[in-house]
Amino acid sequence: MSSRTVVVTGLGATTPLGGDVATTWAGLLEGRSGTHLLQHEWAEPLPARVAAEVAVEPTTVLERVEARRMDRSTQLATVAALEAWADAGLTVKGDDVDPERLAVSIATGIGGMQTLLGTWDTQKERGHRRVSPFAIPMLMANASAGSVGLRLGARAGVHTPVAACASSNESIAQGLDMIRLGRADVVLAGGTEGVVHPLTMATFGQMQAISRRNDDPEHASRPWDVDRDGFVLAEGAAMLVLESLEHARARGAHVYGTVVGAGYSNDAHDMVQPDPRGLGQTAAMTKALADAGLTPRDIVHINAHATSTPQGDVTEALSIRQALGDDVDHVVVNGTKSMTGHLLGGAGAIETLASVLALHHRTVPGTINIDTLEPDLGIDVATATRPLGDGDLAAINNSFGFGGANVAVLVTNENSSDPRDPDASGAAAGSPGRTGESA
Amino acid sequence: MATTEEIRGKLAEIVNQVAGVNADDVQLDKSFTDDLDVDSLSMVEIIVAVEDEFDVQVPDEEAKNLRTVGDAVAYIERANA
Repeated sequence: MSSRTVVVTGLGATTPLGGDVATTWAGLLEGRSGTHLLQHEWAEPLPARVAAEVAVEPTTVLERVEARRMDRSTQLATVAALEAWADAGLTVKGDDVDPERLAVSIATGIGGMQTLLGTWDTQKERGHRRVSPFAIPMLMANASAGSVGLRLGARAGVHTPVAACASSNESIAQGLDMIRLGRADVVLAGGTEGVVHPLTMATFGQMQAISRRNDDPEHASRPWDVDRDGFVLAEGAAMLVLESLEHARARGAHVYGTVVGAGYSNDAHDMVQPDPRGLGQTAAMTKALADAGLTPRDIVHINAHATSTPQGDVTEALSIRQALGDDVDHVVVNGTKSMTGHLLGGAGAIETLASVLALHHRTVPGTINIDTLEPDLGIDVATATRPLGDGDLAAINNSFGFGGANVAVLVTNENSSDPRDPDASGAAAGSPGRTGESA
Repeated sequence: MATTEEIRGKLAEIVNQVAGVNADDVQLDKSFTDDLDVDSLSMVEIIVAVEDEFDVQVPDEEAKNLRTVGDAVAYIERANA
């Protein structure tokens, strides 16, 4: 079956490093940390108090009334989606895209937890009559996809993959499939998470999954450093406008790169621990290569899942070696969670976005906070920003989730337009909440 | 005892807060749904806010009859009388 080429024509993000893609990308290149000690009173008794909250409050960007009908995760998703849409040169409900050929796939790992818990608090404290009638459509997992889909008038489909920390790589894989199969011409794909909350911090703390480096929070997320002690919970959202090459060319769109393949697997090993043999992770990468019709020789870069957990980082290094064989030597691996923290359901999207930009700008952001690299990893970890060579470039972004899901997304710089000055992008300036609606 | 205009003014603030409708548009002859574009779930929020603000009870079966701003103001006046 001939399959259609799927290109990336728009990017949007709101992260602990910045309220848009330009600021986030600059932060990644500078090696800036987005993690900090939580200042909330509720955090005081917790053993692990380091997190990465977004740099720009979504309520300062969105209209007040729309924001109050959205869970925080949907507020973040909306900010990123409108930036991506404007960045693609598209206007909301404009005539550049047939609504019947436009779909949305926005993942989340946990969803509207803050609304769920806040509403329950209201009911307990003030009675059922004070509960918001909007609570269910705000807290449901598909709230962000539904809200953004409604706003864009996307009629080809509205989807919400849920696979914990692999969720938004699934969104991108789904968008790729939809366009390849001819079910849509344009898919807004990405993920969101907004669950920095006493309950998540307490629970991840109980699991001993998150870092307790409270006295040195900016260095808490340190993938592959020997002193890593867990991930840093982050919030944020990232979105990519995926488009058939044909459709993008017909409207003269700027192209960042091409999504050429995806691979899925399930560890079927444990609910929260990776299989130490890395079989599932390896399979996801191998399947992505096969899907793309590429070989390990073609890969120059991997944005690793690299959450900064003792077991996870070592297992992933093994998996990368198994997937790439001897070709691992020419692959630059980084872990951008060292800067952004772990966006859970937004992680796949922000890291695929970073992979696309790394190829587009031929520059891989480094991995910060590595004082002493874990020995014998057998992979080339970039500890500082690293240039990539000329010619064709291909990269894999890995995302692995609780429950067992492994999803690898493979991107290339094929069809890429010349990089443009990020400051010249309309989406980089001002408030995406409003610029996105301007026509 | 608040005047009709005072009640209308406070109601207009609530409608603005909940639904983002310009407070100046919240006039007695306006229909919440047809003129002010207030959806049914927002109307539930407005009713609850009215109960808090004016210390009245608005049972769901009564709320259905409050089609215009004038209906709501009259209901509040009667309940406070």
